[in-house]
Amino acid sequence: MFKILEKEWLNVNTFKMVLDAPMISRSCLPGQFVIVRTDEEGERIPLTICDYDREKKTVTIVVQTIGGSTVEMSKKEKGEFLADVVGPLGRPTDLCTDDIEEVKKKKIVFVAGGLGTAPVYCQVKWLHEHGVTADVIVGAKTKDIVILEEEMKAVGNLYITTDDGSYGRTGMVTTCLEDLVKKEGKEYDHCVCIGPMIMMKFLSKLSAELGIHTIVSMNPIMVDGTGMCGACRISVGGETKFACVDGPEFDAELVDWDEAMRRLGLYKPAEAAALEAAKK
Amino acid sequence: MEVDMMKKVPVREQAPEVRAKNFEEVCIGYNKEEAMAEATRCLNCKNPMCVQGCPVSINIPGFVQELKEGNIEGAYQVISLSSALPAVCGRVCPQERQCEGKCIRGIKGEALSIGKMERFVADWARENNVKPTLATEKKGKKVAVIGSGPSGLTCAGDLAKAGYDVTIYEALHKAGGVLVYGIPEFRLPKEKVVEKEIENIKGLGVDIETDVIVGKSITIDELLGEEGFDAVYIGSGAGLPRFMGIPGENANGVFSANEYLTRSNLMKAYQDDSKTPIMKSKKVAVVGGGNVAMDAARTALRLGAEVHIVYRRGESELPARAEEVHHAKEEGIQFDLLTNPIEILEDDKGWVSGIKCIRMELGEPDASGRRKPVEVAGSEFTIDVDTVIMALGTSPNPLISSTTKGLDTDKKKCIVADEVGKTSRDSVYAGGDAVTGAATVILAMGAGKTAAKAIDEFLSK
Repeated sequence: MFKILEKEWLNVNTFKMVLDAPMISRSCLPGQFVIVRTDEEGERIPLTICDYDREKKTVTIVVQTIGGSTVEMSKKEKGEFLADVVGPLGRPTDLCTDDIEEVKKKKIVFVAGGLGTAPVYCQVKWLHEHGVTADVIVGAKTKDIVILEEEMKAVGNLYITTDDGSYGRTGMVTTCLEDLVKKEGKEYDHCVCIGPMIMMKFLSKLSAELGIHTIVSMNPIMVDGTGMCGACRISVGGETKFACVDGPEFDAELVDWDEAMRRLGLYKPAEAAALEAAKK
Repeated sequence: MEVDMMKKVPVREQAPEVRAKNFEEVCIGYNKEEAMAEATRCLNCKNPMCVQGCPVSINIPGFVQELKEGNIEGAYQVISLSSALPAVCGRVCPQERQCEGKCIRGIKGEALSIGKMERFVADWARENNVKPTLATEKKGKKVAVIGSGPSGLTCAGDLAKAGYDVTIYEALHKAGGVLVYGIPEFRLPKEKVVEKEIENIKGLGVDIETDVIVGKSITIDELLGEEGFDAVYIGSGAGLPRFMGIPGENANGVFSANEYLTRSNLMKAYQDDSKTPIMKSKKVAVVGGGNVAMDAARTALRLGAEVHIVYRRGESELPARAEEVHHAKEEGIQFDLLTNPIEILEDDKGWVSGIKCIRMELGEPDASGRRKPVEVAGSEFTIDVDTVIMALGTSPNPLISSTTKGLDTDKKKCIVADEVGKTSRDSVYAGGDAVTGAATVILAMGAGKTAAKAIDEFLSK
């Protein structure tokens, strides 16, 4: 059992939980994920780590209530327990394991869409602590669903863009990146993009045109998260990879996006029914 | 009851047409009268071949004689000297290739039904709350066991009985390894059998910590260092599922048997109210001929599908237990033998629509001694299916070997261990599928047992 030390709603359907997870907090790095089960009957839900504190022995997750299991999780409050939190899973982002002097030479931009802001924050914060302050584009549909703004401002150069122009710049993250590079003289050679698959697909198409090497964090369907089931397989450069052990981060240019998006839809009818049931 | 000395006392089973629609256990097992009657067939050989056939060397004539006398508790204590999981082994061991395969009765008639008697004794002990005997003295030393599958549980149980403080680290949220994620309820009941046998092992003083992935959450060096363990046993199991590398394998509706079975068994997706979904298939091809293939096929059948086993060799080469093949056939699984898939066909939305296969014939024996299947030119044909389940075995999981310096692996990336389980790292032992590649529950248990003895000797120096 893992205690929920803090819980906070970040917008209408996204909440943050700080979890007591001593073993995970000791060894995790940005880019890695955990698998969480709300209760004894719960589904195993993979969630990329949003923050951690080695001294307080905590791990922070940010969750969007998009399905039955995440709605169930959202009903848990501070002081209550989650049945299982296991990790850290997957490989850390290269930026945190490569030679830091080499990393410092890179001109890095992060692009986050919606919930992807949370795992991006983890990486930006780590870099900031290691003397690198990166540019960060955060995209959201409207002003009221922007998350982690103050936290992100404290560790990176933040550019917010909203689809409807209700806050920050107007337009999608692709427009923002294109403007920064083409109109505002920004130069980047490394991009980390995390968000909905459709956004990552189009952003990485643009970044390839702009000549920016781009890494994406994939979020396919998973069961065990340790390589045992192969549900999370993704075609990368014509090879089948398991996102849980080979990823979750991959070279965006090599990812077969259409296949990855198609595979996300495997259980759509069951997921819709579960969401309805959980809302009741 | 009357006993034909040449034949096994028949065991009661659920009728095929009934069990094909439920997840209740197929085999009902012997009652006391039947088990005692079967025991009278034992010749009590002076040099019992059956014991040699048992990977954990259970004193088989010993327990059978107790059973014959009606001393079931005595029979249980004889078995539990050698096996920590008798109710499991009685159900899943390939007895026809082990103890029963060596039984002298089998030369002229049918071998003694050792597995079914073992099962009866273990079930009786559980129902009558008989526990294995506890350690008499504590050694004051700590051993970490990685993985709570059959190998880890056996090793942990034996070490606890020898007086060690044992902690098992399990990556999943539930203890049992393949016994809970792999083998289906209808073959090995989870609550009734597996959980109870694990409770027995905990009763010996073994501590089980779930949700810990050694190699990620904590390393072997940390276990031997700051965590203060004196030795480590790696029983982490098989690992990553194999696929064929044919076109269409990432289509929607292609699953590894590991995934399909984990959803059904561990996550209980076969129950309507499960939070974890499983594909509701109409027609399924399961590729492979081992126990895992049979388990996946019979699970899909129970979930309402028509099921074909597609296997590239012939009937006599099927690696599965004879009983599983027999049960699968009775339940209506269709066997497409000497058939090899060459492509998975997709509809315009990327979902599986069929599996293209080619007929095979058996040629010269290969390295495994089995006749090698070769393609029959021009014999391609298609089976219309909406789901393909790949049950082709696994390759080792690198999580531990890649994070443990000095731990040697072989060409296949299996952990290298000698005949008693000693690895290239001091104080580190390994066994089961992590060492051998995918094999059986009982071989994994045998390795756990051997390693427990070696660890005891090492720590007693």
